[in-house]
Amino acid sequence: MKRPYLLNSILLVFALVLSVAIGAVFIPPASIMRIIISAIPFQLDPEFVSETMSTIVLQLRLPHSILIAMAGAALAASGAGYQGLFQNPLADPYLIGVASGAGLGAVLAMSLNWPSSLFGFLAIPVAAFVGASITVILVYRLARFGNVLSITNLILAGVAVGSFASALTSLIMLRSDGEVRRAIAWLLGGSTLSGWLPVIASLPFIVISLGILIAAGYTLNVLQFGDEQAQQLGLPVERIKILIILTASLATATAVSFTGVIGFIGLIVPHMVRILWGPDYRRLIPLSILAGATTLLIADLLARTLLAPQEIPIGIITALAGAPFFLWILWRHQRGGIKV
Amino acid sequence: MLRIRSISVSYGETEILHQVSLDVHAGEVVSLIGPNGAGKTTMMRAISGVIPVKSGSVHIGEEDLSVTPVSERAKLLAVVPQARKLTPEYTVQQVVMMGRTPYLGWLGNPSPGDADKANWAIDRTRISGLSDRKVAELSGGEQQLVLVARALAQDAPVILLDEPTAHLDLRHQATILDLVHSLARERGLAVLMSLHDLNLVSIFSDRIALLDNGNILAIGQPNEVINQQLLSQVYQVPLDIIPHPHRDIPLVLLNGRDD
Repeated sequence: MKRPYLLNSILLVFALVLSVAIGAVFIPPASIMRIIISAIPFQLDPEFVSETMSTIVLQLRLPHSILIAMAGAALAASGAGYQGLFQNPLADPYLIGVASGAGLGAVLAMSLNWPSSLFGFLAIPVAAFVGASITVILVYRLARFGNVLSITNLILAGVAVGSFASALTSLIMLRSDGEVRRAIAWLLGGSTLSGWLPVIASLPFIVISLGILIAAGYTLNVLQFGDEQAQQLGLPVERIKILIILTASLATATAVSFTGVIGFIGLIVPHMVRILWGPDYRRLIPLSILAGATTLLIADLLARTLLAPQEIPIGIITALAGAPFFLWILWRHQRGGIKV
Repeated sequence: MLRIRSISVSYGETEILHQVSLDVHAGEVVSLIGPNGAGKTTMMRAISGVIPVKSGSVHIGEEDLSVTPVSERAKLLAVVPQARKLTPEYTVQQVVMMGRTPYLGWLGNPSPGDADKANWAIDRTRISGLSDRKVAELSGGEQQLVLVARALAQDAPVILLDEPTAHLDLRHQATILDLVHSLARERGLAVLMSLHDLNLVSIFSDRIALLDNGNILAIGQPNEVINQQLLSQVYQVPLDIIPHPHRDIPLVLLNGRDD
């Protein structure tokens, strides 16, 4: 595993192809390639492809898979970002309540004005971002005593604030009706909105937040010495913390806006990457992005196929795998005598 | 080099340091001594800028540290914290390289010049054999050397050390303090360190500042500050001062026990 980027890129392409190929109708990878190539405009000699297959791939499966991959990448990267920021490997956007806060923001935006245009869609991640930012600041303030931020306090505060946000979200859902109610119900279970609009609406936020998180790798490394040493080494610590909180929250919020509240990806993926390729955040974040996309694509594939034709909400799959994993990490840390 | 002029520091309502002044010249090692709670750590933190001073000023050369941006400050002043504050999973090379942080851009890409400085610091502290080891695998003494190397890589004219010999065995105590002393001489560094062991202080310091209840009671050469009356009063314990058998410095001896 000397070439982590190559390996993770290959795995991602593989997962993406599988994700598009497998469904109610199996579409062979070769046909997928042909359909995608034929969709490129201004070709001299477009290949003939079946209209139905083409619609399934281009209008249903491809946007769905890309959205899932983007969400997985965003959740894993923001998980790694929060872990670096809080200097704790157990921080996860779901566990610290940020995902629920983002969910509340997204649902508020949907219920106030059900979007029918791209502009309406863009309002959802923005509202989710506001919800996520308020949550993370609140949780951070509640969990911190003096200069000490213990993970116990962080997760307790995260659970409390997150539950409060989820309860408000459920209330809003009860008071709404029709399409909004259905959409929210899907979101709570962790499932995607369909079509290209959500992809286009999330793309700029994902690119900005992941770009900043990748660039922040080195400063996250220095931050692992603690605030005081980081400052003595020349980092403007407070400004950097705010920047990372905002970008990690933006990534979480965008993922939650269109794929729902999905837990544990931000915990599992960076943790596995850390075990396999070390703690250097300059590698950890880009590798988590690739591995996060792959992992969520696989979770989504399982969610769609395990009980087919019934679809399991993807959040259930990640929780089934993630909760035991969380306990395993906790156990490992306690045995290792490392303060969690 | 380092000029501290009547700084006062408060935590909430309580004032911990009262208008403390101190100079540390280039090439000089000054030790800060005093009982627990005297304000040594507070003073070190205030000088390095991690806690604000209520009044007074800290200058390095012509630069007023209160208006110097954080990254510029780190080029003037390096801090060696206690070894237990290290991040365990980094390698020695990685830790020392992070001493170059104030000179690197956002992405932290080191130039060959930065790598040279880091390697020089590793060689000078004689830890080249440990370069690729993880910090967690090292002994306390080795970890402390890594932190000294990181501070050297920072290439600052002033170095602060917070109890650099705490929890170290006799050999490592001597190694660290010898190194610090000769670095001050050969590179003209101004060194300020807090220490508890008064005999080490006497051997390795050019001057000593005695801090008690947030005030500096005495500053001077070891013979002036290591003084029976002064120390037994400040530390509230009966003690004797005897001359070092080989050198012209005083040593401190506890009087004995109650039996």
